[in-house]
Amino acid sequence: MLRRLLAIIRKEVLQLRRDKLTFAMMFGMPIMQLILFGYAIDNDPKGLPTALLAADHGSMPRAITAALANTGYFAITRSATSEAEADAMLQQGEVQFVISIPADFTRRIIRHERAQIAVEADATDPTTTGNALAAVEPAIAQALARELTGPLASLAPKPGPVEVVLHRRYNPEGSTRDNVVPGLLAVILTMTMVMMTALAVTREYERGTMENLLAMPIRPIEVMLGKIAPYIAIGAVQVAVVLGAAKLLFDVPMAGSLALLSAATLLFITVNLAIGFTFSTVARNQLQAMQMSFFFLMPSILLSGFAFPFRGMPAWAQLIGETLPATHFLRVVRAVMLKGAGLPDIAAELAALLLLLALVGTLALARYRVTLD
Amino acid sequence: MTPAIAVRGLVKRYGRRTVVDHVDLTVMPGRVCGFLGPNGSGKTTTLRLICGLLTPDAGSGTCLGEDLIAGRAAIKRQTGYMTQKFGLYEDLTIRENLEFAGDIHGIANLRPRVDAALDRLGLTARQHQLAGALSGGWKQRLALAACVLHQPRLLLLDEPTAGVDPKARRDFWDEIHALAATGITVLVSTHYMDEAERCHEIAYIAYGKLLARGSAAEVIATSGLAAFVATGEGADRLAPKLRDAPGVTAAAAFGASLHVCGPDPTALAAAIAPLRATPGITWQEAEPTLEDVFIHLMRQVPDNADQG
Repeated sequence: MLRRLLAIIRKEVLQLRRDKLTFAMMFGMPIMQLILFGYAIDNDPKGLPTALLAADHGSMPRAITAALANTGYFAITRSATSEAEADAMLQQGEVQFVISIPADFTRRIIRHERAQIAVEADATDPTTTGNALAAVEPAIAQALARELTGPLASLAPKPGPVEVVLHRRYNPEGSTRDNVVPGLLAVILTMTMVMMTALAVTREYERGTMENLLAMPIRPIEVMLGKIAPYIAIGAVQVAVVLGAAKLLFDVPMAGSLALLSAATLLFITVNLAIGFTFSTVARNQLQAMQMSFFFLMPSILLSGFAFPFRGMPAWAQLIGETLPATHFLRVVRAVMLKGAGLPDIAAELAALLLLLALVGTLALARYRVTLD
Repeated sequence: MTPAIAVRGLVKRYGRRTVVDHVDLTVMPGRVCGFLGPNGSGKTTTLRLICGLLTPDAGSGTCLGEDLIAGRAAIKRQTGYMTQKFGLYEDLTIRENLEFAGDIHGIANLRPRVDAALDRLGLTARQHQLAGALSGGWKQRLALAACVLHQPRLLLLDEPTAGVDPKARRDFWDEIHALAATGITVLVSTHYMDEAERCHEIAYIAYGKLLARGSAAEVIATSGLAAFVATGEGADRLAPKLRDAPGVTAAAAFGASLHVCGPDPTALAAAIAPLRATPGITWQEAEPTLEDVFIHLMRQVPDNADQG
């Protein structure tokens, strides 16, 4: 049993080592994704181009625009002279925001009338504008508090009866990286592990070597384990690359136990490999295996909570999400790395992964054919 | 003596198409049995049924004394099956391929066995080359070496010499006979008549049905065919005139001579009678060949391939 298993493992490793492109892809892909997601993606974009349409050039409007610029979200790159011009800028996408200050702005404030300031946003992508718009009112309130002194002091905004204490725990700066980089672990492993094993078995059929293998006295479990084992090692290296980069390049905290995370990752890798193996028993050729892997990857990215908030999805989508190993693993990684979660905190997610492994593993073995029928 | 292969009524269907149709086959130990038949006649399927790669829809039997279905694992351990398509790993070296096969079969003291196999093959110097780099003939010899490494008692070879040059074919067949001499039973499918004649016995299958069985001489004798050979200037050109004549199964040119055969001697004589007077050509009665017999057999069976 052990000897046959080792023979399969050895064969897989030798073949893998000679398949330079696949080998390079398995390590190139996580690095590329890390760089893209880690450096290029920010859900809290700053310095958005803004046009100013100011008909009032007094000190108060100036203080307000300065306060808005100080939030970091608005970069006043253009100034418009007419509403039509400002509109065109927004329409053509030259600016994300137009801030309009009417001519009677200061006068109305001094007369104790309610003054208006207009912030128009290109809200086609709500993620881009959301945080910036939320920062507008506090910034203006702050600017006015400084400006409205002396006889105008009575106009200054007063603090309400309730003070809200906000406490952004686990990721106080709201850093996208802290959220995305651990999540990448789930995506990269889903992508490579499922695909690699799915290809590993179909390749045998496609190259005509399966008939030979089936004619030999080897048991399905030996083929399955032997084909899966080398990829566990590759998965481990990928994990090391991602975690190393998380620490060194992106300074993502590691609040919890590395050992616990490693154990959970190993479990997740195995689940994905079993899924890939199951695909390979269904797919007729490598192309189909590839297509099935991508078909599986899609919900794993979209419905797992990696790309979009899990709680923002309707119940049916959440239900699908719950059946995906990536969803559970994503919670585990984020919990361990950012929240310093211990075993009891993530036990439920680990149990879900174990259940999936049992189901998929049984399915894979049941589907694997000892004959060519 | 228990037969190495003894199967009865083997049936394999794919959908409505019957690929193997009630095949009975018995092969005694140490015999080289040639398995012949046109493309798509069910040769490969029958071999796969025997070595447990396919489950028969009907029929039963034993292989090396083990039940065809219940003893599948035991049969696999004692059988070497060489697939029609090169079944070894092209991205492994020659040596790695042999070692892999040896490990799967759990051969004790594998290294010297692999060394010996490489030596016998004459591939010791090339043992670290990738198997994919070998030429067709070498690939087949390597595949054979890989499937006899565990010293099986039964060898199933599926068209092992297709597309291989004559010298390599001869070497390959010498090896088959050497193996048979050690007591191994060989069932080998082929399209080549000269190879069929090198077998102890042959089995002819067409459209899933076993049509003839016995030694080459027996198969020819029981066919009841008659044959004539015409020699002389332009004899080969007469072939088209005879091909469709009544009573003629086949008329084929062999170099400058013409070989004609038919199931009924009288009808055949009548068919060639008008051509007997052709000047410069002499007609002689001849022995029908195996090829004559197979073409004759093939014509007798309606093609059931269209039923599917």
